[in-house]
Amino acid sequence: MTKKILIADDEQNIVISLEFLMKREGFAVCIAHDGQEALDKARSEAPDLILLDVMMPRKNGYEVCQEIRAEATLQATRILMLTAKGRETEVTKGLAMGADAYMTKPFSTKELVAKVKSLLDVAA
Amino acid sequence: MSVKLRQALAIAAACLLVVGVMAAAGIAVWRDLSPEERDAIEPILNPRLGLLFMIAMVGAGAAAVLMKSFAQDHLLGPSLLADELGLIVGTDPSRRLKPGSSPELTRIAESVNALADQRRSLQEDVETRIREARLSVEEERNRLAALMSELNQSVVVCNLDGRILLYNNRARLQFRALSDAPTAAGGGEIIGLGRSIYAVFERSLIVHALESIQERIRRQSAQPMANFVTTTRAGQLLRVQMAPVMSSGADDTEPTVSGFVLMLDNITRNFETETKRDQMLHTLTEGSRSSLANLRAAAEMLEYPDLDAELKERFLSVVRDEVQGLSKRLDETANEFADSLKTRWPLDEMLGADLVAAAQRRIEKKLELRTKVEDVDPEVWVKVDSFSLLQAVGYLVSRLSDEFEVREVRLRLTSAGRLVHLDLIWSGQAMSTETVMAWELEPMTFAGESSPLTVRDVIERHDGEIWLQREKTQHRAFFRLLLPSAAPQDQVEAGIFLKGESRPEYYDFDLFKQTEVSRALDDRLLSELTFTVFDTETTGLNPSEGDEIIQIGATRIVNGKLLRSESFDQLVDPLRELPEASTKIHGITPEMLVGQPPMAKVLPAFHAFAEDTVLVAHNAAFDMRFLQLKEDSTGIRFSQPVLDTLLLSAVIHPAQESHRLEAISERMGVNIMGRHTAMGDAIVTGEVFLRMIPLLAEMGIRTLGEARQASEKTYYARVKY
Repeated sequence: MTKKILIADDEQNIVISLEFLMKREGFAVCIAHDGQEALDKARSEAPDLILLDVMMPRKNGYEVCQEIRAEATLQATRILMLTAKGRETEVTKGLAMGADAYMTKPFSTKELVAKVKSLLDVAA
Repeated sequence: MSVKLRQALAIAAACLLVVGVMAAAGIAVWRDLSPEERDAIEPILNPRLGLLFMIAMVGAGAAAVLMKSFAQDHLLGPSLLADELGLIVGTDPSRRLKPGSSPELTRIAESVNALADQRRSLQEDVETRIREARLSVEEERNRLAALMSELNQSVVVCNLDGRILLYNNRARLQFRALSDAPTAAGGGEIIGLGRSIYAVFERSLIVHALESIQERIRRQSAQPMANFVTTTRAGQLLRVQMAPVMSSGADDTEPTVSGFVLMLDNITRNFETETKRDQMLHTLTEGSRSSLANLRAAAEMLEYPDLDAELKERFLSVVRDEVQGLSKRLDETANEFADSLKTRWPLDEMLGADLVAAAQRRIEKKLELRTKVEDVDPEVWVKVDSFSLLQAVGYLVSRLSDEFEVREVRLRLTSAGRLVHLDLIWSGQAMSTETVMAWELEPMTFAGESSPLTVRDVIERHDGEIWLQREKTQHRAFFRLLLPSAAPQDQVEAGIFLKGESRPEYYDFDLFKQTEVSRALDDRLLSELTFTVFDTETTGLNPSEGDEIIQIGATRIVNGKLLRSESFDQLVDPLRELPEASTKIHGITPEMLVGQPPMAKVLPAFHAFAEDTVLVAHNAAFDMRFLQLKEDSTGIRFSQPVLDTLLLSAVIHPAQESHRLEAISERMGVNIMGRHTAMGDAIVTGEVFLRMIPLLAEMGIRTLGEARQASEKTYYARVKY
């Protein structure tokens, strides 16, 4: 069964690449451009994994993360946080908010794919 | 018993003695005679009784004369001598005894005179030594005060009660910046001798810092200091360094902390710069992360061989877009933070003219060359490391002199926007660019000084430039040094120094000895209280009929000294018209009051200025009435005790008719200057008051309470406004 990935980022320039990359790896992809939309899509599309940017309009990644973790139906959703905030304190906060993994921009796309696959238990 | 009486008694006794002895002789002889003999002599003597009596009288008279001259020598003489001696001991040490009426007395007088001479010379010796000691202490203190006033850092010294005993000009300026009062007090309501530092800093903050210093002293730390950062009422950030003042205890006792030194740094501006720098770092790091992520992802996608043309174009456009964005951000940051990106060598801000003068002195002294100043912009401030820069200038001149036989150089300083041109000009041939290069890059050595730095290093420290330029028409050439300029600084310092006669009264070490007295003010000595002497000018004489204050002038007396440099001088907009008649008295015209703050603004500042002091004014009831009428509208109450020099004058000289300020100051020998300005009158009143304190003390009026009681009893105290 094809796993579904939600890409939540307000920067079109990264979304293009991520969308192409994920589709190429055989995932189904849906996209959200801000925090609120990400939350809505998480509910409606029930993705297996969310690539979640921290700095987004309307709701930031931390908030989205926290709300998803508060909903019983979404417990299985894996969350991989992507952020330009590279400080250790921010990584710690992201993980505390319920993210499963955290990658600091700029990241290697190969490592990202590997991380996504390991989170979804898909053979590389 | 007076000497005269004793003399008379002695003479009388001598007479009586002679008469008595003669009478006794007569009686004894008479009693010895047999009756027959008596019968035979009686008729012989009887007719001669008068003669016998005469002989007795003559004997008595002779005795009296002898006795008188003896008494003169031995009673009156010593007594006069004693009186004279009393004068020498008591009032006039230069007086000498006259030779006495007898040789013995003369010898005594001579010895006493010799003793008096010895005493005199000893006294003079002691006085000279005291004077010398005092002078040297005074000199040391003045030197310290001068040194402190030159310091680029604010310094305030306090005793353990937090009373300020020394501050420097920088501190004064800094507190002026912190003060939210109108210009009048100029921070004087915050900083002043004898004022409490707790008006600026929280008491607990100081106490805490002192405790940690004590702790460090106990642990025998080499540097028992404490640091703290605090915000002021006006929202400024101050970094404070505190060091203890140790008093060397008597003999073997451990030295104890008797006060503290505060060194203040206003770091508000630094803090802003640092915040800005942080922001820059932030935009450069985190801001770039996203873009780099986008770039990297797109680039990595482009590596896939199976991309179709359309996708390829989309990724390429991402790359172009992000590269453009990054470049733009980099440019913006570089422009915006140009200043903070410079290498930060500590540069001092100084007046350009001062720099040029220093360069002149150096060239003339070290190289013995003539210098001239061509054109110096007096307004320009530069930001330089003056030591190395002067070294560089000196070095260049020395090479000019050694290698090109230049005998005179000229200096020019002109402003060029954010930069300043410092030109070193000489007449004659210019050297080749290679030579200049060599000069720039060799370590500077001249006139016995050598530095590891090169001219280039120095110029780079200033983030400046240097080049050689020719003025062919005038057969001249010059080195142009491009230096950073600085914002002009407050130059009020000079004004402040001129205000006092000799030096600013910025210190009073006697305050070290004073401790907070728990006694009520009334029991405290006049000589140890702090006073605010003030005067007002008004629109008229009837405050209850709408007359208003238009000027307040005040000065302070601390420890028996009038502090002219701590003054309060403020015009006040009366918010009503100013009668022309009043202008004749105080010389204040309506134009002068335009734009001045109203009483509602001035009164709080004056209240702060006068806090913790006793008010003194001439005819104080008049001025106080004006202030009291403002109590309701401003909510400011002057509840401190008030002394009136008019009433005190009536106490001291009850017989005098006039107690006007002019009359009193003439009696007291106070020079009158600038009368009928509030400030001028306040100063005269202060001088008069200072001279009254010892006169009152002679009358047994020493404390504030006694002075107030005595004032109340005078006739003038009954006049009401």
